[in-house]
Amino acid sequence: METINYKRVYVWELPVRIFHWINAISITVLAVTGFIIANPPALLSSAEASDSFWLGTVRFIHFMTAYIFFFNLILRIYWSFVGNQFASWRSFFPFSRKSWRNFLHVLKVDILLRHKKHPEITDLSVGHNSVAGLSYFILFLLALVQIFTGFGLYSDMSDWWLPDLFDWVVPLFGSDFMVRKIHHISTWLFILFVLIHLYLVFYHDWLDGRGEVSSMFGGYKFVVGQRVKQKKTEPEQENTKETS
Amino acid sequence: MITKNETKESTYYESIIKQGYSRRDFMKFVTYISAYLGLENSMVGQVAKALETSYRVPVIWEHFQECTCCSESFIRSDHPIVADIILDKISLDYTLTLMAASGHQAEAAKKATMDKHKGAYILCVEGSVPIGDDGNYCCIGGRSAKDILLEAAEGAKAIICWGSCASNGCVQAAYPNPTGATPIHKIIKNKPIVRVPGCPPIGEVMAGVIVHLVAFGKLPELDRIGRPKAFYSKRVHDTCYRRSYYDAGLFVESFDDENAKKGYCLYRVGCKGPMTYNACGTIKWNNGVSYPIQSGHGCFGCSEENFWDNGPLYERLTGLHGFGIESSADTIGKVAAGVVAGGLAAHAVAANISKKKELKESISRGKENEKALDS
Repeated sequence: METINYKRVYVWELPVRIFHWINAISITVLAVTGFIIANPPALLSSAEASDSFWLGTVRFIHFMTAYIFFFNLILRIYWSFVGNQFASWRSFFPFSRKSWRNFLHVLKVDILLRHKKHPEITDLSVGHNSVAGLSYFILFLLALVQIFTGFGLYSDMSDWWLPDLFDWVVPLFGSDFMVRKIHHISTWLFILFVLIHLYLVFYHDWLDGRGEVSSMFGGYKFVVGQRVKQKKTEPEQENTKETS
Repeated sequence: MITKNETKESTYYESIIKQGYSRRDFMKFVTYISAYLGLENSMVGQVAKALETSYRVPVIWEHFQECTCCSESFIRSDHPIVADIILDKISLDYTLTLMAASGHQAEAAKKATMDKHKGAYILCVEGSVPIGDDGNYCCIGGRSAKDILLEAAEGAKAIICWGSCASNGCVQAAYPNPTGATPIHKIIKNKPIVRVPGCPPIGEVMAGVIVHLVAFGKLPELDRIGRPKAFYSKRVHDTCYRRSYYDAGLFVESFDDENAKKGYCLYRVGCKGPMTYNACGTIKWNNGVSYPIQSGHGCFGCSEENFWDNGPLYERLTGLHGFGIESSADTIGKVAAGVVAGGLAAHAVAANISKKKELKESISRGKENEKALDS
């Protein structure tokens, strides 16, 4: 049995990786502090209020992380216009004919676990596959929902112009009740996303054997050697690959 | 009620003096109402001047689907001049609850005011308008509330919606809203509308809105959904005297525990202060004696839209309709996360079975390479 020859391909650039981990950490922090704010545990019962500020601190962490989450996302949007092909905004809109074919492939082979009669070398995406790309676009929309509702609720507590840009959100929905409800429910959607996302990363790492998990640390994925040669002959391909 | 001829000739100030109040009382009233309105000290003179020189603004006060708690709150407003002058003596041409006339006489008086002061009178509305079943759920003098509202709004200079009913629909509009109770701003689109939500609104707030109108001849500054900014720009939570307990994480767990006795924050027993815009924390109720939180009961957000349908009153839950009465966003979220996790586990098992061949191949390749390791 011959061992497959892989080549190292630089897929996730440093800004993308930094974005990913800041995003992951801030979503975790926001969800945890958010649930604490929504229903704070009664940790203390006999203390002087003047001595403690723990829920205030939790709220501070929530708001501070929200800013980090927001600016991080803005930098990522910028990078989607200047980064490599895998960071491009195009990879989040898998609506070309080629992307649709990949979409169906992923549905068939990875979600429904069927087998393809004639597997092709290009079936495996190098960056996101089409389904993943679309799921990140949906996550982006969810992030917008959280940003708008979150800053909407926050704007009344702030004098800064940035949160005040969102002061129309609460009037639009009629009350804080409604906005808070949307904010709270969307958090659960984030949690569902994270569950599925984590599972699929491990799934691909295990079955494809191309360093799916480590790619978000080091930036490299392993791609079948012949594919790299094959692609190099295509004239429109950008020079974004590194091999070693 | 004083008859129309008497009031027509006197200014607000003259009526107040005629009523037996002293100039000192009048100035006290002006100072106090200006403070509530959030005006500067230097504006007190302007308000006094306006009340001294301006003649009555005719007011029609309609009662639709309501409980009259707004009127009750108004006549219990802190300063006697509010009740005496604004409500009883000067302005009201028509209000079912308090007017002396009744029946056809009353309707005729209203008609006269509407004709005579077309485009100049203020229409105050207490209560929502049921529009279900042709508006048959609320009829006065044989006419539906909607009919009456449309007619009265036609010639009004501005409309003041008293209370949550007129502003948001309140309890009548709670799910499933059998009568089709509708707030005023959804029916009348072409008039300036002030929404003064609350169940009831604070009497001083109501007086403040009227005095502003009288003193300056225009509506007070409104926020984006039509509430006077002076009273509705802050959450109850942000002005609550128990706020320090919230920030410190000191909570009442149940209404009879030690923490309740100590006056800790009521957040965990369902206080909706953090989502409710009102002046309860600053103006308070019953001549500034207290307000719900001070009396040991959480705010339940009576001045907010749909407060009735947004989860239980005594718990921190995000209620959801359409998933059963007891469901909350968190229960549904936990169930959904469980289902997804279960599905993923099943998928993982299925994937290992289905891709057995490929996996076997790559594992044996890997082991072969391991054995063949050189150096």
